Amino acid sequence: MKKKLGKGETKAALRALAPYLKRHIPAMILTLFFAAVSVALTLLLPILIGRAIDCIIGVDNVDFPKIARLLLAVGIAVGATAIAQWLLGACNNKIAFEIVRDLRRDAMHRIRRLPLAYLDTHPTGDIVSRVIADAETVADGLLLGFTQLFSGVLTILGTLGILIDLNVWIALCVVVLTPLSLFVARFIARRTYAMFRRQSETRGEQTALIDEMIGGQRVVQAFRYEKRSQARFDEVNERLRRHSLRATFFSSLTNPCTRAVNNLVYAAVALLGALLLIYPGGALSVGTVFTVGTLFSCLSYANQYTKPFNEISGVVTELQNAFACALRIEELITAEPEVPDADDARLLEDPRGEVAFSHVSFSYVPEVPLMRDLSLEAKPGQRIAIVGPTGCGKTTLINLIMRFYDVTGGHVSVDGADIRTLTRASLRGSIGMVLQDTWVRHATVRENICLGREEATEEEMIAAAKAAHVHGFVSRLPEGYDTMLSEGGEELSQGQRQLISIARVMLTHPKILILDEATSSIDTRTERKVQEAFERLMAGRTSFIVAHRLSTIRSADMILVMRAGDVVEMGTHNDLMARGGFYATLYNSQFES
Amino acid sequence: MKRVFSYLRPYVKECILAPLFKLLEAGFELIVPLVIAAIIDTGIAARDTAYVLRMCGILLALAVVGLLAAACAQYFASVAATGFGTALRGALFGKIQSLSYRELDTLGTATMMTRMTSDVNQAQTGVNLTLRLLLRSPFVVFGALIMAATIDGKLSLIFAAVIVLLLIVVYTIMFRTLPLYRRSQEKLDRVLGLTRENLTGARVLRAFCREEEEEKHFDEANEALTHSQKHVGLLSALTNPLTYVIINIGVIALIWGGAIRVDHGDLTQGQVVALYNYMSQILVELVKMANYIVTVTRALASGKRVARVLEMESSLAAPVQPGKPVEGAPAIVMTDVSMTYAGNAAPSLSHVTFALPRGCTLGVIGGTGSGKTTLVDLIPRFYEASEGVVSVFGTPVGQYDLDTLRGMIGVVPQRAALFSGTIRDNLLWGNPDATDDDLQSALRIAQALDVVASKPLGLDEPVEAGGKNFSGGQRQRLTIARALVAKPEILILDDSGSALDYATDARLRRALREDLAGMTVVVVSQRTSSVRHADLILVLDEGNVVGMGTHDELRETCPVYREICMTQERGGEAK
Repeated sequence: MKKKLGKGETKAALRALAPYLKRHIPAMILTLFFAAVSVALTLLLPILIGRAIDCIIGVDNVDFPKIARLLLAVGIAVGATAIAQWLLGACNNKIAFEIVRDLRRDAMHRIRRLPLAYLDTHPTGDIVSRVIADAETVADGLLLGFTQLFSGVLTILGTLGILIDLNVWIALCVVVLTPLSLFVARFIARRTYAMFRRQSETRGEQTALIDEMIGGQRVVQAFRYEKRSQARFDEVNERLRRHSLRATFFSSLTNPCTRAVNNLVYAAVALLGALLLIYPGGALSVGTVFTVGTLFSCLSYANQYTKPFNEISGVVTELQNAFACALRIEELITAEPEVPDADDARLLEDPRGEVAFSHVSFSYVPEVPLMRDLSLEAKPGQRIAIVGPTGCGKTTLINLIMRFYDVTGGHVSVDGADIRTLTRASLRGSIGMVLQDTWVRHATVRENICLGREEATEEEMIAAAKAAHVHGFVSRLPEGYDTMLSEGGEELSQGQRQLISIARVMLTHPKILILDEATSSIDTRTERKVQEAFERLMAGRTSFIVAHRLSTIRSADMILVMRAGDVVEMGTHNDLMARGGFYATLYNSQFES
Repeated sequence: MKRVFSYLRPYVKECILAPLFKLLEAGFELIVPLVIAAIIDTGIAARDTAYVLRMCGILLALAVVGLLAAACAQYFASVAATGFGTALRGALFGKIQSLSYRELDTLGTATMMTRMTSDVNQAQTGVNLTLRLLLRSPFVVFGALIMAATIDGKLSLIFAAVIVLLLIVVYTIMFRTLPLYRRSQEKLDRVLGLTRENLTGARVLRAFCREEEEEKHFDEANEALTHSQKHVGLLSALTNPLTYVIINIGVIALIWGGAIRVDHGDLTQGQVVALYNYMSQILVELVKMANYIVTVTRALASGKRVARVLEMESSLAAPVQPGKPVEGAPAIVMTDVSMTYAGNAAPSLSHVTFALPRGCTLGVIGGTGSGKTTLVDLIPRFYEASEGVVSVFGTPVGQYDLDTLRGMIGVVPQRAALFSGTIRDNLLWGNPDATDDDLQSALRIAQALDVVASKPLGLDEPVEAGGKNFSGGQRQRLTIARALVAKPEILILDDSGSALDYATDARLRRALREDLAGMTVVVVSQRTSSVRHADLILVLDEGNVVGMGTHDELRETCPVYREICMTQERGGEAK
């Protein structure tokens, strides 16, 4: 993300952020105001103290009333600075965190309206990092950058102005010498860049090895590979040590080097100041009378002068980063949402369960047509099985019934109504779906089962769990139904996760059921029992079943045999076997031995 | 924790030298205000240009020597930190490899990965920072205090008061905010979790029409996060203004007190400036120190997490006197064996008893979660049986040296995992000294010759991590070949035919039977076709043996087995 942004991109980023910033204009004005106040007062301090020091000349030569006045002024300035600083922090806080919040909220609200086509084609990790990390970077970079840039510039200008006012030669000395420390810092950064790259490359190599050997530790131990893997690890580890040492050492020279340059500037200012004091009215003296107090002030400013430069150069990278991230979130927030429900969309109420495809054409990518002219009809209560080789369009059929995707031609209807004239919620609410890729969320087993019906009673939940053969293994978990599952449900087997998804649907009593390889990871015996439960549940309801185990679909009322997006055969098991076509070939192939 | 620090032992020299040089540098910095005071009080007062030039020369010299000292310090710190990190990483890797499956289960892969990578890196950074900076700050703070005391004992009391106040303020705020930051982090994790779930579960959530509830949950979590961030932000925003106020009250007191002392002739103008300079140094260092403490605390926490892994011991006790196979004893005997996984309430396997003669084939069949894998994992002692005895070749597995035991057994795991490298590298896992002929014969039996033949580079074809560039069936056959290369006396196939088509599966079983006649084989499967020719079949159901015998016997006597057969055979009827 550290690449340089073009002018157009910076503009685009600012345009994207404008609505979020706009809400905070008053707070931003306050921020700038407090920053200005705090910078001005901070700069005032060395002058006040310098003057006070000038009142302390020697024995019986101290102007106490003046010192008291000056110290009072210092006190007031310090108090005011502190308040301004805190208010500045409070304002920044509010602006930064609220902007992140708004960005995240808008991103999330958009995500739920994005068509599945978008989610299917964008990696989850990438979207998550936009919502989480990028939002954070935007807020951090933008606001810290914003105020630091402002107060940094103010500090530099203020210091320079005061120094010139105090003594031009000292000002010149500071202005000429200080950039040296920036050059040194940049020089080191450029030289260490390659070392850091080698370090992170080696680290990546090591992580990959760790990932394999630790992830596959069981195999490692089974094959007594431990010594060999340790040798491989030690080799990479040693290389990493060498690269790390170089990168760490050379980069850690930055601070001492810039500090040394600062000390040089300090010595130079001390020398100039002392000469000014020794030879008042000499070639160097211009403007105001130079005193010990002035020397003191000059030294203080010289000390502070590099800080804002370092901050600003950091801020510029931060800002660029923030803009780049802002563009990434913007992309997500402005992604084309799915077509909303029609204004006059009807609710699908208590459907009979008649599902029809008429002349449906569909493709995921326009160049690769998948379905060209598909028509079929499922009568209420029928059991429809869909079979065919991988990629033939079985899952697409389901995507279209659920309206996860919209057809590109023709229409899909339920009870005679084009599903695009129905609300999505009522359509999907009437359909129960179990997919091959099970999904378990970070919640208890109970919450996972009750996902579709939070209000279900304990009895209903357990009944559904028993029907889906979940009850047995859940009882064996340490905390039964209250066992917390991790996202992805790693603590369960794939088959157990499938059973949980089935229990979920069992609990919702849908009018139409879709099972997409729903029992693929369950052993045949449990599968059969689960199917018996489904059969009881589905009595008189329409169901669509996709399965690769042909034995599980033999009893379907109608079998659709699909190939490359088309239905090539249609009929009952016996019809199709008798026909001796594609289905018969598929069916027989599984028993060859 | 001691264990973690012990990896610093080879770097004792560096650990002493780094802070020492750092202190040297800090010491030079502490001299600067004295030099400035001398310039003001002696040089300027006496209009002695030569003196001023000399003093400025000293300032320059201090800058250069300081730089050199700092460079040495950085070097020693880098050597110690990277050396420490490397040793720790190596030790941790070795430790993880020595743990048994039981400990690996409790740790989990994700945890082990973070321990190995980010935790060790954090600890390494912590060492580096401690050596370089953490020791420097207290030295500067107290050094400044002492220098102030040498200038003026009474005024140094102001310093003491300021230091104490600053410490109280900085650390109160820090320790108040640390738990709040942690809580914010948890809330951020929640927001992240919800975001992920809404992406990974998009289909399910939409199918159940949960979008609005999810949005509400997210908004709540997001709001809670913002609230907690703002809260902790306000608190930590207090640090800067408060330290600023305290230091400057100190300055006011210092100037006023200094004025009185100068008036009495106890102090000079230059010394007042020096005192002021020490005060500024204290401020800078204390603020820095607060930041380092946060990082070092984090590093300590990481170190503790690493230490917990290092302190784990394999639950598999090594035998005092390793046993040997007994001539003529049966290959595998289990006597009343039960197994309960750590953290589980009920056993996953109960009271299993059987004996398998040498050269015979054992079939294990049963449904999802019936305990099949648990049973075979006990044979190479991946897990220790909770009850009962597992014997291999007449000697209980616990009495073997693990290396000896596992050397006799070849395992083909359920999940066919290959490793990055070449096909040859993977096959050599079984036996690093195997010849190409050995590999070819293993591939032939595993029905994997065509897999190798289909690749342009043959045995030298690269394999990606996890074997992603091979299909499930190809991977499975290669893992079988890998096990065969070791020429084991017992071969365990854990559901290894599941990704193979029926025909290949059958050919594989025939080859095993014909070519490896003397080998004892354990076949785990959900398919009756894979086990029907076994000499002994165990039927498992929810961890219990519900049937034992040959295919034909079980067809007669075991209802569960009959049912499994029925669901798998053509027409649903027994043949």
